[in-house]
Amino acid sequence: MNHLSLITKREYLNKVKNKSFIIMTFLSPLIMVGIFALIGFLTQLNNDSVKTISILDESNLFSNEFENTDHTKYDILTGLNLEDAKKVVREAENYGLLYIPPAENVDAIANKIVFYSEESPSLNVMDNIEDKIEEKARVIKLRKSGLDPDIVNKLSVNVRTNLETFDGEKTSKVGSLMKLVFGGALGYLLFMFIIIYGNMIMRSVIEEKTSRIIEVIISSVKPIKLLLGKIFGTSLAGLTQFVIWTIVGGLLMVGVSAFFGIDVSQNPMAGQQQEIMQQMADNSDMQNKVTEVVLEFWNMPIANLIIMFILFFIGGYLLYASLYAAIGAAVDNETDTQQFMMPIIMPLMLAIYVGFFTVIENPHGTVSQVFSYIPLTSPVVMLMRIPFGVPIWQQLVSVLILFITFYFTVIIAAKIYRVGILMYGKKPTYKELYKWLKY
Amino acid sequence: MRDILVVENVVKNYGDYRALNNVSINVAKGSIFGLLGPNGAGKTTLIRIINQITMPDEGLVTLDGQPLKPDHIKDIGYLPEERGLYKSMKVGEQALYLAQLKGLSKSEARQRLKYWFDKFEIGDWWDKKIQELSKGMAQKIQFIVTVLHQPKLLIFDEPFSGFDPINANLIKDEILKLRDEGASVIFSTHRMESVEELCDDIALIHKSNKVLEGKLIDIKRQYKNNEYEIGLITDNEAEVTQNLKDNFELTKATFKSLNNELQFNIKIDDKTSANQLIKHLTSKGELTHFVEVIPSVNDIFIQTVQNH
Repeated sequence: MNHLSLITKREYLNKVKNKSFIIMTFLSPLIMVGIFALIGFLTQLNNDSVKTISILDESNLFSNEFENTDHTKYDILTGLNLEDAKKVVREAENYGLLYIPPAENVDAIANKIVFYSEESPSLNVMDNIEDKIEEKARVIKLRKSGLDPDIVNKLSVNVRTNLETFDGEKTSKVGSLMKLVFGGALGYLLFMFIIIYGNMIMRSVIEEKTSRIIEVIISSVKPIKLLLGKIFGTSLAGLTQFVIWTIVGGLLMVGVSAFFGIDVSQNPMAGQQQEIMQQMADNSDMQNKVTEVVLEFWNMPIANLIIMFILFFIGGYLLYASLYAAIGAAVDNETDTQQFMMPIIMPLMLAIYVGFFTVIENPHGTVSQVFSYIPLTSPVVMLMRIPFGVPIWQQLVSVLILFITFYFTVIIAAKIYRVGILMYGKKPTYKELYKWLKY
Repeated sequence: MRDILVVENVVKNYGDYRALNNVSINVAKGSIFGLLGPNGAGKTTLIRIINQITMPDEGLVTLDGQPLKPDHIKDIGYLPEERGLYKSMKVGEQALYLAQLKGLSKSEARQRLKYWFDKFEIGDWWDKKIQELSKGMAQKIQFIVTVLHQPKLLIFDEPFSGFDPINANLIKDEILKLRDEGASVIFSTHRMESVEELCDDIALIHKSNKVLEGKLIDIKRQYKNNEYEIGLITDNEAEVTQNLKDNFELTKATFKSLNNELQFNIKIDDKTSANQLIKHLTSKGELTHFVEVIPSVNDIFIQTVQNH
């Protein structure tokens, strides 16, 4: 077996056999699913309590608008003045008191409505109440102007644009959202992988340095081979983890969906959004939404995404890993790494910000395009763009640029590495690092 | 006898600093070669060049008649001064890994490791992690790993540090045995008594230059200055001392003895022979002790370094 594969194998096994790696790999999907379940459970718990809202309507215009729902009860107070009503509501420990003052016209009321409560009410509740009052006020004003609200409603046109690409691929707003979420998740995952595994490499280099085994090893192999073996081995460990996560996570998701399958449409979280959803599409209930989401998911270039994720993962990881390794070689201990970490973290953060703000705004705008070619940001940005449809040749050019940059970076990193691993003592400056390149 | 290693006019610069300046050494086959020098003289740089860890800026290094090439790493075994092994790796796994890096096949490495582990009676360490071993125990593993691939040239940098006297002796015997079996050894140390004991040849590097090289015995001859350690019993100590002082260069000396005698060192000039000195001494009293003072490596080291 040649040196490179020997080292790669050792680094790989060393990472994979590590207890914390095994625990992380198999526990993380469980924890993720657990967290989702917990959030769902807590939301349900939160909404389970029934709020009672008392209403003192001295204008007598709105009382009929408030109908009890599963989570909110309305208690119409009559024959009380405001002070008494407040007392009553407080003693009954109700959620709050909505006070609508007497007035001759709707406009005069608009700014005088007050909601009294022990604590600030939730935005949801207030939106709900305001919507109802606004709707009623609109109807009243329409009537006053001599218009029949039913006719006005019939006259209003609800526009739903159907989206279709030139190739005839149908898309929808839900689809756009899905693409955003999925691309964003992949980009973010890559970002996390680079940071976690990059740090792993750096620590492993520092460990070899501080344990002084480095001199024994490099009397047997060339430093560049050790460097590459390290990067490849750790990269393979990262891929292993990704594959395991995909499989375990997928299985768990399928299992959970099957288990809670019926619950999905009645999910309280979805319930909150139900009204918005209903406004968006009158004829589609949650079941249809779910189907649409699933359909949109399969509408995305999944195979393209996975292949590109792996290519960008390898390329981006290799590029950053060589930089991390060079840093590890330059210093004696982890606390000294701070100063050199900044230039590495900055482009990564930039990529994430560009991804989350610019790409979402306009996936094919100039900024998005440029950043999806710059090698230090392309892995994250391009991955976020791909779900919106990027021509294959552009993706390939970006990958090519990435790998070429890796090639040159690793040569520079290897020079710093070669000198750095045998240097002990004071932390080098950037100027000294530059000098090392010429040794 | 041909030389296993020839270093010719090697120059190595680190930026503006010249770490080695035209250094040449020859290591004879089957010998133990002492590489000496004060801290920071350039020994480690030279050793790293021989190991191809760094490349010389000028000069040539040949191993067994061929200029150094990557394939030579399997002919060299190097025990660095700063020892280190992967702390969280198991002893056996680690030894196999390092042996494979030196070009041994896995089965061959396993076989040879078994031999050495049996020899040092450490078979039950195989599944232990390095961090569970004491420093001396880890040193033993490192020694085994260094010699396992049966290299032609062994380089030991302070091989005895960290060992108790028993284990140091064990390692010393192994080094001598390896030498007898045909290996050549470069031995770098600050412990001069082990240089006296082991080395056939020495070289001294000081401030990036080689200042001394040759057979240990030749160098000692070169540095001897006709000095003798003498014990003399006489009735008239004051008069005899005065007499000797008039005739020779006399310094006080102390050595262990059963008698209560005059003890001193006498230095004679080139014209006087040892026999003449003895004649003179026996005429003054009873000569109980007469030893030629052989300069120790320690003296040679200090003297050479101070003179440069």
